[in-house]
Amino acid sequence: MNDLNDMFFQECDDLLEGLSSGLDDLENGSGDEETVNSMFRAVHSIKGGAGAFGLDQLVGFAHAMENVLDDVRAGRLTADENIVALLFTASDHLSDLVDAARNGSDVPQGQGASILSDLKLASGVTDGDPATEAAGAKEELPAFEPLTLTVDGALPELDELLSPAAPEVTVITFRATPQLYANGHDPALLFRGLEDLGNLTVEADLSSIVPLRDAPWSTPSPSWKIRIVPDDSVDEAAIRDVFEFVDGLCELEISAETAPPDNAVAALVDGAPEAEGPSPSAGPGQGVLTVVDPAAGTRKTQAARSSTIRVDLQRVDRLINLVGELVIAEAMLRQSMDELPHSANGRVDEAMNQFKQLSGAIQESVMAIRAQPVRSLFQRMSRIVRETSREAGKSARLVTIGDATEVDKTVTERLVEPLTHMIRNAIDHGLEVPEKRRAAGKDERGTVTLEAAHRSGRVVITLRDDGAGIDRARVRQIAEEKGMIRLEDDLTDPDIDNLLFRPGFSTASEVSNLSGRGVGMDVVRNEIQALGGRVSLQSEPGNGTSVTISLPLTLAVLEGMLVRVADQSLIVPTLPLREMLQPGQARIHTLCDGDRVLALDNELVPITDLGAALGYRDGAGCIEQQSLLLIEGDSGRRSALTVDAIAEQREVVIKGLEQNYQSIPGIAAATILGDGKIALIVDTDQMIALPVKSGAADRPAPNVTGDAFHA
Amino acid sequence: MHDNDMDTKSTRRVEIVCFTVEEQDFCIEISHVLEIRGWTSTTTLPHAPEFVVGMMNLRGTVLPVVDLSLRLGFGKTEPGERHVIIIAQIDEKVVGFLVDGVSDIITVDEAEMQVAPDVSSARTQAFLRGVHSVDDKLVRAIDVREVLPQAARPDA
Repeated sequence: MNDLNDMFFQECDDLLEGLSSGLDDLENGSGDEETVNSMFRAVHSIKGGAGAFGLDQLVGFAHAMENVLDDVRAGRLTADENIVALLFTASDHLSDLVDAARNGSDVPQGQGASILSDLKLASGVTDGDPATEAAGAKEELPAFEPLTLTVDGALPELDELLSPAAPEVTVITFRATPQLYANGHDPALLFRGLEDLGNLTVEADLSSIVPLRDAPWSTPSPSWKIRIVPDDSVDEAAIRDVFEFVDGLCELEISAETAPPDNAVAALVDGAPEAEGPSPSAGPGQGVLTVVDPAAGTRKTQAARSSTIRVDLQRVDRLINLVGELVIAEAMLRQSMDELPHSANGRVDEAMNQFKQLSGAIQESVMAIRAQPVRSLFQRMSRIVRETSREAGKSARLVTIGDATEVDKTVTERLVEPLTHMIRNAIDHGLEVPEKRRAAGKDERGTVTLEAAHRSGRVVITLRDDGAGIDRARVRQIAEEKGMIRLEDDLTDPDIDNLLFRPGFSTASEVSNLSGRGVGMDVVRNEIQALGGRVSLQSEPGNGTSVTISLPLTLAVLEGMLVRVADQSLIVPTLPLREMLQPGQARIHTLCDGDRVLALDNELVPITDLGAALGYRDGAGCIEQQSLLLIEGDSGRRSALTVDAIAEQREVVIKGLEQNYQSIPGIAAATILGDGKIALIVDTDQMIALPVKSGAADRPAPNVTGDAFHA
Repeated sequence: MHDNDMDTKSTRRVEIVCFTVEEQDFCIEISHVLEIRGWTSTTTLPHAPEFVVGMMNLRGTVLPVVDLSLRLGFGKTEPGERHVIIIAQIDEKVVGFLVDGVSDIITVDEAEMQVAPDVSSARTQAFLRGVHSVDDKLVRAIDVREVLPQAARPDA
């Protein structure tokens, strides 16, 4: 049951995603009939599933939304700005309801009530029809919700579709494929669904049934001929809708009585061939606007879905771990071979090279499994844009570019917070109010652009707004007021822009509900840096601001410098590394008590002996023979680490220490080197924050270290 | 099998892995033991208690190795090729116990385990669940959770 539940919610996520991209298409005018149809189907499927799980609130809301979409689909309602806005709000609420259902919590009834009544109002524009009410009463058959279709006002269409003298009887030939049964559908229930549409006679064609002993018993083959006298206002589409859930699982043929069904040989597999028409390979390329061939969009996702499988993330992670082992094993093998005397090793060498290439290729492909397009992340952001602009009384739209760009799943998850914050900032601080925009000759509606792209082994995400840009005079003034800079400081424009990343900086003169809650861009920067990324900011007065985030493709690998300290191998991450100084290169001054500082660009940088700080040795090593690594932390503070030797720069696979042990001060994680030995990865931020002396002077006493863990 | 139902402790047959530390016999339940390996070098951990020898690499899993001899109040072990690491899973964590050697796997009755006598030190109280009498030997049952660094008592 839980599996079913999970599956339903996963499907909901997919469907909501489809709904959201459909709305985007509608909004920018690239939507067509199929867009609305697919949106309708999405809401419809959510409703159907929700009904099966008894999620009444969800069913009710989805139903109302479905009605509106149906009106749009039937052309009774124009998808104008208001309707699209309403649908956006509704889809947000729908996803709230799905979330609530997933977490087993209830959304307060009041929350969606106004949206619900808006929806009802919108769909109520057309004349109510008994069929609507009748359909509404059929909720007890949730798995076959198609019955609840609003079929009012469709008569003209019927006239067009069928002969002018609408035929009294429609004949449906229905043959189920084995897959239909395998999926748990029951033809009888479908027929019962049809019964609600009109007078029905069902006749089974048993001629194709072969005796049990002659045929594989697992292949059921009966077909049915159904003659239906449809009620008024029931058209062919309504009948097809009954079979919506078995779409592709049966051969379905609907014809008027006038054409003898048996003659219509080419049993149309209800639109399946045409759905496969657009090539699935024509996926949206990177750097292309979301609006990629909207007509094909939804069908493409259908086609794409059939070729994907859902896999438990843990399995993937296990695979990734194992492949990591494979690569390490390969390196170890290589090393032991190198130690062998050089004799007839040519062929082994060749095989080893092949092995290395293969294991590298496997590692790459396995890592790619975890990669996900940023589309879902971007779609979540479009909601943030809507909500924020509404709250801020501004008008804004989100344009996404390159949302097929793939990023590690963990990265996408952890980007939600910082991106949300950045978007709020962009709308709250960046975009001007509509009047000002008009005065500046801009479109009243601001545009926020979210772009993702792969660039030299990293993912680059850019958020641009077309607002007023950073008011540098004001930023400077605030920084001066807050004592961050001095009046006489000579700052370049980028320097001023970077003030925004300083902790405690907030430009909003009044703390608004949106941003300016005391957390600012510094939080964003910390988050991004925790992911191994970098943030930068460009601004042009009058033309807007753009924030660029550059991230590693995966969190599992880190670029680091292998160093030797007190006979230990350590990894210092290269990201905070600013400069490396060879012994004798640096100007070092000794203050009292053996404290040393490095004189660098008119700045005195404290020197930390890495070996002493980690307790590997008492007191600092002989500094004349040590190299210095200049590192800069999140806070902008700098520190110089002394190491005995710098070996090489390399990529290392991160292994957490907390899993089997606990976190260690000054150490971020561990990794396994090519020879199978473990090297610890230095936490540079902690190294900078660490008081230089205590680490060096106190070799940890047992009561400090040994048993102080159970705090 | 035995009619011990009247006993306050219910009969539970358990398999234990016996090992020696400083020529004394100790044991842990076999359900904790994942595998037994020869000594491999470890990476020293900064700011770690002395009885944590370091981190070892077990086919890509990074796990700490505890010097049981030092932890139990015998001397520090100078690990060599003859030493053995028992890889044990305790709750979610995997740790290695550095011991002198593994001697036997036997089945004992949990109910017949005697508690450590009262005269014992705080360390004995904390680290030993009790003792099994096997033949003429006294096999001490170690409380694996207690000997882990994070479960240690401040006064131990």
